[in-house]
Amino acid sequence: MTSLSGPSLDGPALRGAVRLWPARKLTALAVVLAIAGLVAAPLISLIKIALIGDAEIAGHLAAYVLPVALTQTALLLIGVAVISSLLGAGTAWIVTTFQFPGRNTLLWLLPLPLAIPTYIGAYIYADILDTAGPVQSALRAIFGWRSPADYWFPPIRSLGGAIFIMGIVLYPYTYLAARAMFQTQHRAFVDAARTLGARPFAVARQITVPLARPALAVGIALTSLETLNDIGASEYLGVQTLTLTVFTTWLNRGSLPGAAQISLIMLAAVAALIALERYGRRGQAYDTPVHGRGPAPRIPLHGRGARLAVVLCCIPVALGFVIPALFLLRQVVMRGLLVGFDPALFRHTLTTIAFAATATVSVIVLGLAATVALRLARHPAVAGCVNFAAIGYAVPGTVLALGLLAPLVGVDEIINWFTAVFAGKTVGLVVAGSGIAVVVAYTIRFLAIAIGFLQAGYSRISTDFDDMARILGARPAAMVRTIHLPLVRPAIWGAALLVFIDCLKELPATLLLRPMNVETLSTYIYQYATRGNFEQGALAALMIVAVGILPIIWIVRYADFAQVPRDRPG
Amino acid sequence: MNILRTKLLAGATLALLAAATAQANEVNVYTYREAQLIQPLLDAFTKDTGIKTNVVAASSGLEQRIRAEGANSPADVLLTVDIGRLQEAVDLGITQPVKSAVLEKAIPAQYRDPNGHWFGISMRARVVYASKERVKQDAITYEELADPKWKGKICIRSGQHIYNNALFAAYIAKHGEAKAEEWLRGLKANLAQKPSGGDRETARDVAAGKCDLGIGNTYYWALMNDKEADKKAWADATRVILPTFQGGGTHVNLSGVVLAKNAPNKANAIKLMEWLAGDKAQHLYADVNYEYPVLNGIPINKTITGYGNLKPDAMPVSKVAEKKKAAATLVDKVGFDN
Repeated sequence: MTSLSGPSLDGPALRGAVRLWPARKLTALAVVLAIAGLVAAPLISLIKIALIGDAEIAGHLAAYVLPVALTQTALLLIGVAVISSLLGAGTAWIVTTFQFPGRNTLLWLLPLPLAIPTYIGAYIYADILDTAGPVQSALRAIFGWRSPADYWFPPIRSLGGAIFIMGIVLYPYTYLAARAMFQTQHRAFVDAARTLGARPFAVARQITVPLARPALAVGIALTSLETLNDIGASEYLGVQTLTLTVFTTWLNRGSLPGAAQISLIMLAAVAALIALERYGRRGQAYDTPVHGRGPAPRIPLHGRGARLAVVLCCIPVALGFVIPALFLLRQVVMRGLLVGFDPALFRHTLTTIAFAATATVSVIVLGLAATVALRLARHPAVAGCVNFAAIGYAVPGTVLALGLLAPLVGVDEIINWFTAVFAGKTVGLVVAGSGIAVVVAYTIRFLAIAIGFLQAGYSRISTDFDDMARILGARPAAMVRTIHLPLVRPAIWGAALLVFIDCLKELPATLLLRPMNVETLSTYIYQYATRGNFEQGALAALMIVAVGILPIIWIVRYADFAQVPRDRPG
Repeated sequence: MNILRTKLLAGATLALLAAATAQANEVNVYTYREAQLIQPLLDAFTKDTGIKTNVVAASSGLEQRIRAEGANSPADVLLTVDIGRLQEAVDLGITQPVKSAVLEKAIPAQYRDPNGHWFGISMRARVVYASKERVKQDAITYEELADPKWKGKICIRSGQHIYNNALFAAYIAKHGEAKAEEWLRGLKANLAQKPSGGDRETARDVAAGKCDLGIGNTYYWALMNDKEADKKAWADATRVILPTFQGGGTHVNLSGVVLAKNAPNKANAIKLMEWLAGDKAQHLYADVNYEYPVLNGIPINKTITGYGNLKPDAMPVSKVAEKKKAAATLVDKVGFDN
């Protein structure tokens, strides 16, 4: 039986336990090199732009812009990480530890804020909580205040407001990561603690949460990177983030090289933070024993305890989903958007689903290939490539799209050269000018989700399994198919769900790279939002929710009931 | 999964190959103006000329896309807002000059590039939304916005937004950087809150009593007043004052068009440009988008004329474009958005 101090993925004892022929190792290396190469393509063109240099702007930025941007970004990231991990890990722990009435419904309600794009959340909450909004108007009416000068109300268009809004719409990243982990945590640890008289909170503090650290790290990293990618909400709420600085440096200060430099420095900082976290848990293992009896049964709650659990889980759902969705619904009714239904929305919905589904398949296939390669050929070079392949998420969407332009057109030029030589005619921009560009951008951007979830999932599978499989003569492919895949399935579904919904709402890269005459639901909403009239896109925003909700329900049911036979008495 | 993906990609590629090789009577439009604004115009153009339009609308980076696409770029024209952006497109080398008697006759020299690289199509002014209740004066200068008597009474969106960037650039072009810096510090000191939101939120804040003066574009107020029932109250609580520079006119900015360097449908593109400067399009700009037409003799929308008689500042807009970067760095220097 493996324990926290026992042999592990990271420990030396098993390094080489899965002995492969060098050819297999080479294959693994080739696979991860190809994936890393795909991610490197846009970064290389960004580096080329950054190297043009702009000494003048660097001094200016350092003196006037970066101090504020760094502080605001750091505070925003910390604030969002705290709120979203409290909400995400807290609710994940409640629904995996306890059984209470309403739990099954909450299981699929809790991830729903995912379907609300951050900037839409910002517009909605600014509308509700601003001086002219219903909340403050009601307060003025109740207390007889005549002007905003008569009282104090926390300003929503502020750093605090941004932390609140991003925290409540982004917590599902931590929720899903933490839940996938809690769900597969082995009952032996929990049983032992419970037998020794530990109460649920003590078990959580001393066992469940520490054991879930890789998943929490992934959840917080994903939340932070989503926060870093945001531009619409920060601009609207008046928060001077580094990402906003990248844009103003490019578009107003007229320095694309300066903008590329800031992006790359941000990227390096993110990579360093991720590496630091990994270093922090070096030599620790989180894997599941080979012999065991499945996860711990849930503790039934009744009366006050059950009500408290429901209330605690309902707060994030209400803030992150119900209120924004009702707001959008009200706009749809008020504006008669259903009556005057824009038939083009059907086409945009299909386009959105097609892009998102293709990209999700591509991300999961590549993510799985990278993770499996790493598992089979534990080698620093392979690990380095896999870690690098997850870096695309740390590049803001528009910057990624800018970086992709040159490589995509480069591929087109090669294609055109071939068709000119062999068919006597050119075919134009079949990659850069088509939906392929969008799918490639999504794949690079969201690969980190698949790699993160799958690595966390794999860290739960003891390498003892691999050893046994090898002793029994199983080839790697069979081992992956019959042992790994069933065990990482919750992680695959979790990642697929996140990637799919992230693709549904992706805006900046889609906006710049999509082919002519093609709109997604996001770009459709954007054309109204950019004119300060996002409510007109309310129906499209609800369509994102509708398209996102079905896979959420399906996957939650699937992952919960089909995969893990939880309620079987041990 | 791999096979499915390969099939999907292959299918998509074939479809696109077919699309790419089909030559048609069309024109490809890259635009920073939102599709909903531009589509009625393009539909009318297609109806008049039989030329099909293909559109991609984005918020930034289209110049870089055109440049990266190079010789194979399908882009025929780029429609954009803000004089600074028009000039940048030219500076990036993605445009080509157009020699057209129709365009030269329709568009006043002040609103087009002397070398024919860009043409202004419509105008908007950056004006003041004043509280009806708390502001009594009917006229104001941009210079006065820095007067301490407005301390804590002004609302505005981010100083880095292109609308403000162009206004500040115009101020620099008029008064020089030192004076502009002093003015911007004064304006910053007068703000009721940190710059945020958009022009509609500015009107909303004035209506809610958070501030007395808001800075916004001419068409937002008109849209709220005429078209957006839920925002009518914000327009009702405010009125538009057309500010002027001391001894000058009101700051206007342009929406405009350039012909892409490698335009594959050049003749159609020029037809579109000329059509946009013509009667029908200019009427649509005035009445649907609430902008000022560049073509003389086209009636301005009644709501817009209700603001008073616009006297655009006489300084050539190209001077504003030159100060774009200086305005952005000045905003940083005075910590306008902090």
